[in-house]
Amino acid sequence: MAVTTVSGAVTDRGRRITLRTRLQGLVPKLVLAPSFLLVLIFVYGFNLWTVFLSFTNSRAFTSTKLIGFANYEKLWTWTFESDPPSSWYTAIVNIGIFGGLYIVFCLALGLTLAILLDQKIRGEGILRPIYLYPLALSFIVTGTAWKLFLDPGIGLEKAVHDWGWTSFKFDWVVNPRMMIYCVAIAGIWQTSGFVMAMFLAGLRGVDGEILKAAQIDGASTYATYRRIVIPIMRPVFLSAIIVLAHMAIKSYDLVLSVTGKNPGGAAELPSTFMYSYTFTRNQMGVGSTSAVIMLMTIAAIMIPYLYSELREKRQ
Amino acid sequence: MTAADLVAAPRRRNYSSQSIVTRVVIYGLLGFFAIIYLVPLIVMVMTSLKPLDEVTGGNMFALPKSLTFAPWTRAWGEAAIGVSDTAGISGYFMNSIKMVVPAVVISTLLGALNGYVLTKWRFPGHKLVFGMMLFACFIPFQSVIIPMAVILGLLGQIGNQLIDTFGFSFGFGNPTVNLVLCHVVYGLGFTTLFFRNYYEAFPTELVKAAMIDGASFFQIFRRVLLPNSTPIIIVTVIYQFTNIWNDFLFGSTFAAGDQSPMTVALNNLVNTSTGVVEYNVNMAAAIIAAAPTLFVYVVAGRYFVRGLMAGAVKG
Amino acid sequence: MAFLEINGLRKRYGALEVLKGIDLTLDKGGFLVLIGPSGCGKSTLLGTIAGLESISAGKISIEGQQINDLHPSKRDIAMVFQSYALYPNMTVAENMAFGMEMRGVARPEREKAVAEVAKTLQLEHLLKRRPSQLSGGQRQRVAMGRALVRQPRVFLFDEPLSNLDAKLRVDMRVEIKRLHQRTGATIVYVTHDQIEAMTLATRIAVLKDGELQQVGTPQEVYNTPANLFVADFMGSPSMNLLEGKVSRSNGAASVVIERTGTAPIAFPVPTSANVEALGEGARVIFGIRPEAVSDVESVSAKSKSVTTFTSDVEIVEPAGSDTFVVTSIAGREVTARMRSDSDIRVGQSQVFALNLDKAVLFDPATTHRI
Repeated sequence: MAVTTVSGAVTDRGRRITLRTRLQGLVPKLVLAPSFLLVLIFVYGFNLWTVFLSFTNSRAFTSTKLIGFANYEKLWTWTFESDPPSSWYTAIVNIGIFGGLYIVFCLALGLTLAILLDQKIRGEGILRPIYLYPLALSFIVTGTAWKLFLDPGIGLEKAVHDWGWTSFKFDWVVNPRMMIYCVAIAGIWQTSGFVMAMFLAGLRGVDGEILKAAQIDGASTYATYRRIVIPIMRPVFLSAIIVLAHMAIKSYDLVLSVTGKNPGGAAELPSTFMYSYTFTRNQMGVGSTSAVIMLMTIAAIMIPYLYSELREKRQ
Repeated sequence: MTAADLVAAPRRRNYSSQSIVTRVVIYGLLGFFAIIYLVPLIVMVMTSLKPLDEVTGGNMFALPKSLTFAPWTRAWGEAAIGVSDTAGISGYFMNSIKMVVPAVVISTLLGALNGYVLTKWRFPGHKLVFGMMLFACFIPFQSVIIPMAVILGLLGQIGNQLIDTFGFSFGFGNPTVNLVLCHVVYGLGFTTLFFRNYYEAFPTELVKAAMIDGASFFQIFRRVLLPNSTPIIIVTVIYQFTNIWNDFLFGSTFAAGDQSPMTVALNNLVNTSTGVVEYNVNMAAAIIAAAPTLFVYVVAGRYFVRGLMAGAVKG
Repeated sequence: MAFLEINGLRKRYGALEVLKGIDLTLDKGGFLVLIGPSGCGKSTLLGTIAGLESISAGKISIEGQQINDLHPSKRDIAMVFQSYALYPNMTVAENMAFGMEMRGVARPEREKAVAEVAKTLQLEHLLKRRPSQLSGGQRQRVAMGRALVRQPRVFLFDEPLSNLDAKLRVDMRVEIKRLHQRTGATIVYVTHDQIEAMTLATRIAVLKDGELQQVGTPQEVYNTPANLFVADFMGSPSMNLLEGKVSRSNGAASVVIERTGTAPIAFPVPTSANVEALGEGARVIFGIRPEAVSDVESVSAKSKSVTTFTSDVEIVEPAGSDTFVVTSIAGREVTARMRSDSDIRVGQSQVFALNLDKAVLFDPATTHRI
């Protein structure tokens, strides 16, 4: 490198490079800016817009006429209006049934399969993908498959009859009162493999020396799992519950496909309620109010979780 | 220590100490569940290979007596989808591909750049920016769908005016463009999360070394980070591909008729209220709809699971 | 004018000041080692020279040209990182040529430069390999090659040997020394290993809490530490430090170290200390290196001033070439270095000789050397 001896030239060059360096310092922010702006507008801006709409009398089209909490009051009274049930009441009851069954069975099945697979199983490489593949399917495909499988006319009930058990009855998928259970079955089938994978990763992450110590202490396999392994995996339980709760609240297409477009609103969930009130019943104000309630519920679950996860990372 | 202890000690230490009965029970349970997970898929495949009278008249678990591929060709090119003029699902399959490819490419690239900035070019407040983008992953789409509909309607009007003036819409109002926009915006949170977590563990000294070597912001990204990001690129592409291909809510809301993506067409085909229900054709269509994601799962299952885990267990 | 000059350098992270006004110079061809405990700011200081860390105040210049605000790539420096920071996607040759490529050097020229350096470092047979196919020592060599190939004005080394095993570390140390002697490169080298510092440096800068404690040749830093911190930090086993008092009688000053149970040890003030500053009864800390504490036969040969004391042996540590013996005076541990053939047992009473030529005194209030 040539050494500049004239000091004036050095400072001059130095200054120009400084300016360029400063411009270069802006590049990273400029690169991030479009994405952040998109998120600001399309996520935060749109959410606020929906919140605003929930205070208006919007019907088929958006309106700016504020009507206070009228939409919320409407939903609140509907929450308890069980005779005849309002569709919001049905949606709330159904999300309770569906969400509860979905979370409990996914956890139970997932943990069972993970523990079974963790017993040095030959053929684990074949079994694991079998439990997991439903995840690759769309809810529409899953629903289509289960709708056929549970159809009393051609599916399971018919097959069992053919085998000789003629009194067998399983018509839940066409019975409005039981439809939501079929949605839960299809959902559990689709997601439990994923929970299994989460638990299996958790099990494999348990320090082998701890297990050796437990064996030296004389713990049986059962005691080792119950007293040591499962308590260590508490964070995995938490993650799994959060993920499942979040997926349950967002479930939409599964209901439509399992039930065949949700006849009579028997399998109504908040997600389908929102859609039908907004786009088919022309009550956008009520629809956006239900969307806000969904958002609040998810925020109440996710924000503390994300906050604690990010905080832990910092330490 | 007695001789008996010496023999017993090593046996207790590994799982093979479990009695044969226990092993049989374990394998039995695992096999039973494997069948449960596989049956819906097997039934789908078998149904799609049977003539319709065999489906409605026979046992769904029975192997096809007269093997036929007619339902597949019907599903692909002939079946009526809802009220649309387009016959078969082939056109919708292409719609999905036209939507998925650009959406995956754009969201992955943006996610990679965002992750790069958020880890290697940190600025005050980077944590808040990331946290805000992360929360965007979890919002229920119901809470943004009304504003989105309004904005896309506006874009459509602009498109019409552009057609009036220039005879070309420049993509404004095009359903595929609209869906790409939706999926890019609401996929950004996940792609950014994936790359941020990957680059977080990427040695910063490499970036420093490249800076001293004189590489610019983009040169460092292109020459040093990207060539070493293959695993996370695969994970992100698979995750985005699966999610976007399987999406139903955006597709059914923002693309109508001939422009619908695959999932929407499948739902219209299956839940059509007119004519005879062709279960075999429905199943063939469902398998075709599931084929791309299933193929990805079979080919790159490891990355598929990794993406799901990364998308579920945050941090 | 010095080749590398650092004046009044400060670095703040918010309210936290990690470099508190550093002044350093290094001549062309010099080998400056920055040493200190972890968190002392030595790596940050290196980072500011490289331009990887911005500075809050002060000036850094090379050959009189101020480089404070220059981008790292414009400073004409090269750096060897602790993790080597080799690009995993590039071969050894590509790694070494990358800097030149970024500067737009033509391919034939790059290849020539790489070939030359590869020959010096015996890397020729590795040029086509990727970093993942190399051993730790080979990676280290490539990292040095990448720096050498650019022929920069200053080389910066950030703890380059800390990831190697003990044997390889010694080999590479010798290699770096040989390289420095042959090329006459100007080097700034960060380490926490004081043997590396002693063996490699032409100048050592000891840092603590973002402040320079002492700058000097290895001999100066080792033999006449500026304060208690440097005395304790440099040398292994570290310097023996004992509390004592100054006593003046007949115009001669002596140091008295009280002992419980036996007579105090008294001896003339060491030649290194400034006698005038010491008043009667002044408290001092007496420092002496383990090699200056030994048995009478080993110590007396060339030393001008020797004193002896008797104490019980508490621990014997044979180290192969020497045997370290630990005893205690007034509750303070004292380590002595004996010949490896000396027959010393734990519990026995031993006469120790102190070579006062090598002893130093510190002021306990300021911790500075007197």
